[in-house]
Amino acid sequence: MKDLAMHILDIVQNSIAANATEIAILMDVQSESQQLVLKISDNGRGIPENMLESVTDAFVTSRTTRKVGLGLPLFKMNAERTGGALMIESKIGSGTSVKSIFRTSHPDCLPYGDIAGTMALLIGTNQNIEFNFSFTVNQRSYAISTTEIKQTLDGVSVSEPRVIRLLKEMINENMLDLQSIKT
Amino acid sequence: MGNVKTLADLRKIKEDLQGKMSLREKSDHPESLVQIRVAMATCGIASGAKQVMEFFIDEFEKRNIPAVVTQTGCMGYCFAEPTIEVTLPGQNPVVFGYIDTRKADEIIEKYVKNGELVDGIIPVNYETIETKREA
Repeated sequence: MKDLAMHILDIVQNSIAANATEIAILMDVQSESQQLVLKISDNGRGIPENMLESVTDAFVTSRTTRKVGLGLPLFKMNAERTGGALMIESKIGSGTSVKSIFRTSHPDCLPYGDIAGTMALLIGTNQNIEFNFSFTVNQRSYAISTTEIKQTLDGVSVSEPRVIRLLKEMINENMLDLQSIKT
Repeated sequence: MGNVKTLADLRKIKEDLQGKMSLREKSDHPESLVQIRVAMATCGIASGAKQVMEFFIDEFEKRNIPAVVTQTGCMGYCFAEPTIEVTLPGQNPVVFGYIDTRKADEIIEKYVKNGELVDGIIPVNYETIETKREA
């Protein structure tokens, strides 16, 4: 996977497959410690305790079409390559949380990619799931939730192509703003 | 269309959008719409499935074709990613592989609009002569 947006899209698919109805994506960037935290949490069915340790093994998967599941292993590899880590917490019946830490000073740290577009696409094509997205740079945050979006849209569906485009623009503008603030 | 940055901006555009909702009403009866499912597992995402999905959403809107575009998990054709499953109203689903925007355009113009099959189909379901006769 060549950027963080692709990992977000990938891990969220896991959450959707686990029948999550609420998914939270959190990005926290600290310039001083040169650290980026990317956390994806859901209220899906959870990962059984005996599988939790081995779930980052490429040959451990809950998929039935293949014996290989590369999403988590690749994510872990990319985080660890920068000197970071991947932590997974889960409870059956409650949900799962995948937290990754990347060291942004490392040359192998992945670029963001099209995060706004990915969020807009996820929101627009999964109308029955509530998403919460927050992007924080040096303690300054931008957060948006589908609850607020749907309330604002007042009956207009999030799956309208124009809405998806607008959401992408909105999220992108706010993310760029936060990134351009000089501390 | 000015800059949309806040929910207030979105609210202003909402009125404009409410007037154009007619297409979506058909989604109460999804069988009457073209259904596209884009495989969005790790292999698909890494091969560019997101771009394919965005392309379909935009192009169906531009060409005024009522359609529902959704994500699905791995369909098992990892060697041919990005893959999509196209179900025209009243027809069996057809799986296409090796999709890029050019291929997607071809599928919309030929298969969706005219029912004309294009290259790149991955055989999924087959009926023997016996089962077909029974049907």
